[in-house]
Amino acid sequence: MDKAKVVEIKDLGITYHTIEEETEALRDVNLDIYHNEIIGVVGPSGCGKSTLLSIIAGLIKPTKGSVRVNGRLVDKPLNNVGYMFQSDQLFEWRNILNNVLLGLEIQGKLDDEAKERAKEMLHSYGLGDFIYSYPYQLSGGMRQRVALIRTLILEPDLLLLDEPFSALDYQTRLAISDEIGTILKKEEKTAIMVTHDISEAISMSDRVVVLSQRPGTIKKIFDIKLSCNKERTPLKSREAPEFRQYFNEIWRELDIHV
Amino acid sequence: MSNKSISKSHQEYLSAIKRRKRSILIAQIGILILTLVLWEVAANFRWIDPFIVSSPSRIVKLFIEYATNGNLHKHVFVSLMETIVGFAAGTILGLIIAIGLWWSEYWARVIDPYIVVLNSLPKTALAPIIIIWVGAGYSGIIVTAISVSIVVTIMNMYNSFISTDPNKIKLLKTFGASKPQILKKLVLPASIPNLIGTLKISIGLSWVGVIIGEFLVSKAGIGYLIVYGSQVFKLDIVMMGVVILAIICALMYKIIASIEKHFIKWIE
Repeated sequence: MDKAKVVEIKDLGITYHTIEEETEALRDVNLDIYHNEIIGVVGPSGCGKSTLLSIIAGLIKPTKGSVRVNGRLVDKPLNNVGYMFQSDQLFEWRNILNNVLLGLEIQGKLDDEAKERAKEMLHSYGLGDFIYSYPYQLSGGMRQRVALIRTLILEPDLLLLDEPFSALDYQTRLAISDEIGTILKKEEKTAIMVTHDISEAISMSDRVVVLSQRPGTIKKIFDIKLSCNKERTPLKSREAPEFRQYFNEIWRELDIHV
Repeated sequence: MSNKSISKSHQEYLSAIKRRKRSILIAQIGILILTLVLWEVAANFRWIDPFIVSSPSRIVKLFIEYATNGNLHKHVFVSLMETIVGFAAGTILGLIIAIGLWWSEYWARVIDPYIVVLNSLPKTALAPIIIIWVGAGYSGIIVTAISVSIVVTIMNMYNSFISTDPNKIKLLKTFGASKPQILKKLVLPASIPNLIGTLKISIGLSWVGVIIGEFLVSKAGIGYLIVYGSQVFKLDIVMMGVVILAIICALMYKIIASIEKHFIKWIE
């Protein structure tokens, strides 16, 4: 591939200790992710999907192996990695603008220019009327959009999305995932998205990684190639003829028995 | 509110709510007036002995007497000063200790049993010791007030700090936040509602400490007034002291409640 390598995950493994037992959560995970790629990670619950994200984010130290982002070893949270959560995690006591500025404030990068940029972004994402509103005055979809802007304003090279839409109702979820997927492509971002929603993974990702039961290892990687007319967006992806086929293959790979 | 095009049914709905509010207020004031009138009448007709239970008119008369000769100001001022200083010091000290415990989980664990014992101990039992140690003046009374209110402040605030949403902490960590930043940007502001709830409790407890302290040693203050009244068997003075105390406490509670209303518009 001629594109720049953003993430390099090498022989990654992690073992947890609790008083009752020792749990091997991830084993021998190897994955390279390239610029402007969106990677979907699916797997049975408890397979270590979220642990994988936390390791890449520098929040947890792996037991074995390493993660590099743009060549730099991840041993603590890096400023060029953004993280989005299941729920928006907006601070109720801050207005929307100040919520967006939170990360810049923490990193000591807050100045008038940054404030202007935040306002511009809020305007361009349809939140111009809510700059001085408080989170409780916004709908769930709008709040998640604020959370995205809060992440994007730090201009991360890599975005980690931890089931970012699972707290939303289905309609909002489709609309927001379409919007955010389009934004990520437009801004040429690289992203890793953990999800339990196979359709969401296929519709948004360039590649879908299937993890096995614990200890989580990479079972299979699907290159998602969909024939969409014109531009590919998450919503249009769902209409592509190959969509169903990917869905069935991934479903089979997940091997879920209830 | 805009008065454009409110439908009739909505108008009726609104006025029904208003009527109900007014009726509750009238009932509240009614109970107060009824009690006062009944008390006065009962004392007047000697159904009850006014020497023991006093009466509203005697209290008012005494109040005017005390207010004009300047004694009342002195007593109220002394108690108020002791309470406010004790309350402020107790809150600040309690907050600092709670932050310390949040900072070091190890020490929080170590100190836990002591806090539990201190919490269940009636702090008023410590008042005589404190007054002997610290001194039989304002300082002894203030320290008593602190000792009564501080444990609740520590426990409430520590519990509030440790129940901060772990995902929000994780969010700040992904930004690379340090522990002081997490405290300042998240843990403290998230605990403001709990802080105000705690203030409402600890202001009352500070009064308990002050009154106990004044019972034990004092030359002035509302607690002194009450004890003095009972010792010389002048129940008018005792009753007046209690009424004044009730009014001041209610006012202080109201002040904190109004701070709450203005301060936190984001609580839904």
